[in-house]
Amino acid sequence: MAPVLLLWLAVSLSGTLAVDRGNFKTCDQSAFCKRQRALKPGESPYRALLETMELTNTRLTLQLINDNNKVHLLLELYRLQGNITRVKINELKPLKPRYEVPDVLIREPPTEPLSLLSQDENGVVLSLGAESQRVIVSARPFRLDIMEGRDVLMSLNSRGLLAFEHLRIKDDNSGFSITAKEEEEKVEDGMWEETFKSHSDGKPNGPSAISLDFSLPGVEHVYGIPEHADTLRLKTTDSGDPYRLYNLDVFQYELYNPMALYGAVPVMLAHNAHRTTGIFWLNAAETWVDISSNTGSSETPQTDVRWISESGIIDVFIMLGPTPKDIFSQYASLTGTQSFPPLSALAYHQCRWNYNDQEDVQTVDAGFDEHDIPYDFIWLDIEHTDGKRYFTWDPHKFATPKEMLQGLVDKKRKMVAIVDPHIKVDSNYKIHNEIRSRGYYIKNKDGGDYEGWCWPGSAGYPDFTRADMRAWWASMFAYDQYEGSMENLYTWNDMNEPSVFNGPEVTMHKDAMHGAWEHRDVHNLYGFYVQMATAEGLIQRSGGVERPFVLTRAFFAGSQRYECAVWTGDNAAEWDHLKISIPMCLSLGLVGISFCGADVGGFFKSPSTELLVRWYQTGAYQPFFRAHAHLDTPRREPWLFGPENTALIREVVRQRYTLLPYWYQQFYHAHQTGQPVMRPLWVEYPQDPATFALDDEFLIGRDLLVHPVTEEGARGVTAYLPGKDEVWFDVHTFQKHNGAQNLYIPVTMSSIPVFQRGGSIIPRKLRVRRSSTCMEHDPYTLYVALNPQRTAEGELYIDDGHTFNYEKKEFIHRSLSFAKNILSSANLAPEAQFSTRSWIERIVILGASKPSKVTLKTAGGQESQLEFEFDASMSVLTLRKPGMNAGVDWTVTLQ
Amino acid sequence: MKPCQYLLLLLLLSVGVSAVEIQRPRGVPLSKRQFYEEGKPFTCLDGTRTIPFDRVNDDYCDCHDGSDEPGTAACPNGSFHCTNAGFRPAFIPSSRINDGICDCCDTTDEYNSGATCQNTCRELGRKEKESLQKMAEIAKEGFLLKQQIIQEAKRGLEDKKAKLADVQTSKKDLEDRVEALRIVKETAEQPEKEAKERHLKAWEEEKAVIRMEKDKARMAEVFLELDDDADDFISVAELLSHSELDPDSDGSFTEAEAQGLLGGVDKVDTVAFESVWNNIKEKYISEANADTPAPVETPQEEMREPVSDNDSEHPLSLLIKLMLDDSQKARNEFDEAERALREVDDQIRNLEKEISFDFGPNAEFAYLYSQCYELSTSEYIYRLCPFNRVSQKPKYGGSETNLGTWGKWAGPEDNVYAMMKYEHGTGCWQGPNRSTMVKLTCGKETVVTSTSEPSRCEYLMEFISPAVCQEPPSLDFGAHEHEEL
Repeated sequence: MAPVLLLWLAVSLSGTLAVDRGNFKTCDQSAFCKRQRALKPGESPYRALLETMELTNTRLTLQLINDNNKVHLLLELYRLQGNITRVKINELKPLKPRYEVPDVLIREPPTEPLSLLSQDENGVVLSLGAESQRVIVSARPFRLDIMEGRDVLMSLNSRGLLAFEHLRIKDDNSGFSITAKEEEEKVEDGMWEETFKSHSDGKPNGPSAISLDFSLPGVEHVYGIPEHADTLRLKTTDSGDPYRLYNLDVFQYELYNPMALYGAVPVMLAHNAHRTTGIFWLNAAETWVDISSNTGSSETPQTDVRWISESGIIDVFIMLGPTPKDIFSQYASLTGTQSFPPLSALAYHQCRWNYNDQEDVQTVDAGFDEHDIPYDFIWLDIEHTDGKRYFTWDPHKFATPKEMLQGLVDKKRKMVAIVDPHIKVDSNYKIHNEIRSRGYYIKNKDGGDYEGWCWPGSAGYPDFTRADMRAWWASMFAYDQYEGSMENLYTWNDMNEPSVFNGPEVTMHKDAMHGAWEHRDVHNLYGFYVQMATAEGLIQRSGGVERPFVLTRAFFAGSQRYECAVWTGDNAAEWDHLKISIPMCLSLGLVGISFCGADVGGFFKSPSTELLVRWYQTGAYQPFFRAHAHLDTPRREPWLFGPENTALIREVVRQRYTLLPYWYQQFYHAHQTGQPVMRPLWVEYPQDPATFALDDEFLIGRDLLVHPVTEEGARGVTAYLPGKDEVWFDVHTFQKHNGAQNLYIPVTMSSIPVFQRGGSIIPRKLRVRRSSTCMEHDPYTLYVALNPQRTAEGELYIDDGHTFNYEKKEFIHRSLSFAKNILSSANLAPEAQFSTRSWIERIVILGASKPSKVTLKTAGGQESQLEFEFDASMSVLTLRKPGMNAGVDWTVTLQ
Repeated sequence: MKPCQYLLLLLLLSVGVSAVEIQRPRGVPLSKRQFYEEGKPFTCLDGTRTIPFDRVNDDYCDCHDGSDEPGTAACPNGSFHCTNAGFRPAFIPSSRINDGICDCCDTTDEYNSGATCQNTCRELGRKEKESLQKMAEIAKEGFLLKQQIIQEAKRGLEDKKAKLADVQTSKKDLEDRVEALRIVKETAEQPEKEAKERHLKAWEEEKAVIRMEKDKARMAEVFLELDDDADDFISVAELLSHSELDPDSDGSFTEAEAQGLLGGVDKVDTVAFESVWNNIKEKYISEANADTPAPVETPQEEMREPVSDNDSEHPLSLLIKLMLDDSQKARNEFDEAERALREVDDQIRNLEKEISFDFGPNAEFAYLYSQCYELSTSEYIYRLCPFNRVSQKPKYGGSETNLGTWGKWAGPEDNVYAMMKYEHGTGCWQGPNRSTMVKLTCGKETVVTSTSEPSRCEYLMEFISPAVCQEPPSLDFGAHEHEEL
């Protein structure tokens, strides 16, 4: 291949593998952030005008006045169902409407009655329901305190950092704004225009930033606000930049810093041993989050948080928990839950930039069979297209895509091809012509079609914020539109921040126009909409039958509903990047996006064999499991590193496949409840401070604890096993360990420390075949891990694995429980109907004692004796071939 | 779940008259049939345990080595034997039993999955037979060609050896000649050298005189220029007006410094100025052209031949010219002889290299030496010059890229001549240097058949040549059909 492809990058690179920080703004270089951050805590100029208060059953409204400039704001306060308080602040009479984020909330959140408890000239007290929770509105200065009993849970504007830059008319003569009523306001640099590097941002609307502070008494740990390459527990930002939320294509990102990355979810969780709360700041403009804390002082611990956004309004949802699970439900009630991926998407994905041609695809596919390693999806990056024109195929290298896809269908495998949102400006390209003639492109500030530079060269960017544009885009995925596509072809949306190679900070100019709104207002929503439209396209092409699978790089709050998966972007083949994949995915899970993974092996650079094997071992236990590599790296299919390493990788991929029933069940749960699949330990052990900062280990669901080996040359790892009265079983050796201890585990290259919680039942399919679809009818083995009380519980969820028919109650959902020496399967969804050919082939009971007799009783009342084996050294009882169908009632009694 | 499965095998002998019936558990190859004796307890093939026979192929894995379930997918490490009558028998991982995908051409792996498989063994067998036959024909012809190539290589080698001996002899003569001519040349050069040196010396002396006179004239000029009050003395004050003369160039030219320049006195006359002039002439800027400092020396003057009178010019140049003619002739002859010697050396080196080069056990690859083979694709023309280099040139303009120069034979240990490696080609951005593996296969012609870039900047070229053809074994194509019986 000729070395021209990345020439533009080569120019901007000094040849080292590190982000070019100069390409991205610091707070100081972002005029509104600098302006807002210059405000220091102190007495707020805002005062509540209590005489303007109106209280209906569901809503309180009240005017605020800024005593410095006499601008009036309107405060709205709602009590929402599920223990959520919503606070909205907008200008009472803005010069023109300010942007309010649409389409992210699944509906207008239902309210609950708000009642007045007391009122005087200093403020009002409102009840937030039965649990002695109330909100105090103080008038002078304005602040809000949310209380439970005598405890303050959260205070707003207690540090006086509420700021609302009202819209104004530019007065070029005086240098002062003419809307200022009494005290004239100074025009500061960057209010009406701002320049970064060679890019100028004209700001016809002038300053429009908003800011608000939140105080969290008793809180020392805050989490969330992805996406950052940083620890799970957020750090204080006093000594550096705030955490930034602004979707950006960051080339070779750096670790452990607050720089913005590809996606943004403006949700923060605050936690202590008594309570978890959450703040959802619904704003899609560039946002910065400052965190400070008094840790180390003798006072009660407190964390202070401050949000600053460039435009829009203040619309904040305060989720009051009190448990982590409540927070997940509360957030899900606002923005929806994780979409339910097809089962095969949870299996292993093989990707590379790029598989060169159809023959290459076929050879790699055959390689997996030859080396007996299962995989479900093979991926094609941008080179598969005809000159980076998405929805097309390279006429030489991929001349007969349907033939290639049929070859995969024959093996029950699938493919993903990339479709990016930048569209080549080329009058011979159908997609471009249609978008242009329909006027669907984003416009530049002068009203022409916005053009930027991306993979195809000059490219337009469709305005995905338009519903009609999204509908048209979705229709492009129809089989008769997307030539060469078939039902086993799925989609990958990359570069949807959007990435604009020659734009400011490698993204779009903020003064580009989406209809009446500036790109500034909607920036962080762009990727969300791209994926929404793409997922809709995949649903529509099957007539609404098949679940979509779309991978996205950019995302926003609510993306979990449309996405299937998110990956952590262009990481590198370095040990630290392997490590950071854990907190990065945990942070996403906390804010609703469960289907997360990092490029296995690392995207840039070439991993050592040890790193590659360790990455497979880690990735196999993370939700989205895909190997990917940069164009310039040597090949790294799993069999290229000698038989020993091929065997190690085969083993771990197989472990993933055996656990697919459990993964699938976790995703069903996430889809139903909004609970994350990959969880930090503190979510399940909220009262154990030892878990609060752990981010080198994690839970899958609540029953599997994983501590991947992420150190080069490791001889052992120390895992914290939580739970004072709990036990954990090593899933490989079945050895039992007590909870609430740091356990040192010696490791070899084949070790992946994974533990099953005593008290749980996990179904597996031990017959690993070449793809997950091939395993559909295979029997289950149940792993019953007993707790010290000799009980255990679990579930079994089965459906067809790929359609929406589960919504029509076509599934099996059973509860499995072990108590008093009886293991039984009961129907959790009697109204649902589904039949399976799968049966129970084996039951393994960990921590058991030897029975004299084991009896199986099925629904018909038939009884039979089961054969069993007992391993006294590990107390493992294995019941041989009980044989009952997985979908029926049964009991197994140990005597 | 399933009762013990049996396979009724009806295998047709290739003779095609009698039928043989063999009973054994599903998935067991004939070679292991004796371990699976009906009705008798079965011992796992790794010897770890013994189970009742009805647990063989009962769809539950009892043996760690998977040997109790050759016909089901119950064991993760089991393997299933397809007889594939009419084609080649094969083992497949037992995970491929009843997975809905037809793996065995005789369809026996999909007995309970609902998949509809066609028995394709005969067709495959026929095709394989055809292709084996074709390959054998190619190998046969190729092998014959190879014999010729080897003969030619042998002859070529002998020719080269003979030539080497010849050249080595002529080298000896040449060396003698070079020595003889060297003496002639040096003798001829001696008088010329002396004359030249004389001439040069005279020229240098003349130049020095001129330079000194010019310097003196300029000194006098400067003296007049500096001597503002025309008292025939240069005073400290007069010197101070020329700040460029500041000895430490610190921006302030002090009286003490000026006095220092004048040799410690307050003023100097024309005679004393001579020593002062030597110290200041480098820096001095004439008042007349203070804006454009005069060059210290005028280069044209340096270049100019010294002026000489007409009568002295003729004898000198004539002499030198005569000498030159003489020595030039000797020099030319010597150079020519030396060049011839170098050429012979090169020739010897090349011959020795070629003679000692590893062209395979019978020098069968020697014919590729100093040849090049091209392959044209949609974008590029690839060029393989065996034992030299591989390159790629864009079809529509652009410069050639080196994909590697000859490295080594790189086939597997038992067949190192099956692959060539070319390495250290043009570097890739953020990547390795380009390299190419050339895979050789037997064919009647010598031609590059394909190129690819399986990994970034690592190329693979397929190259066919009779030189890799092996002697075809006398094939009996029906042999494998009998294997089972």
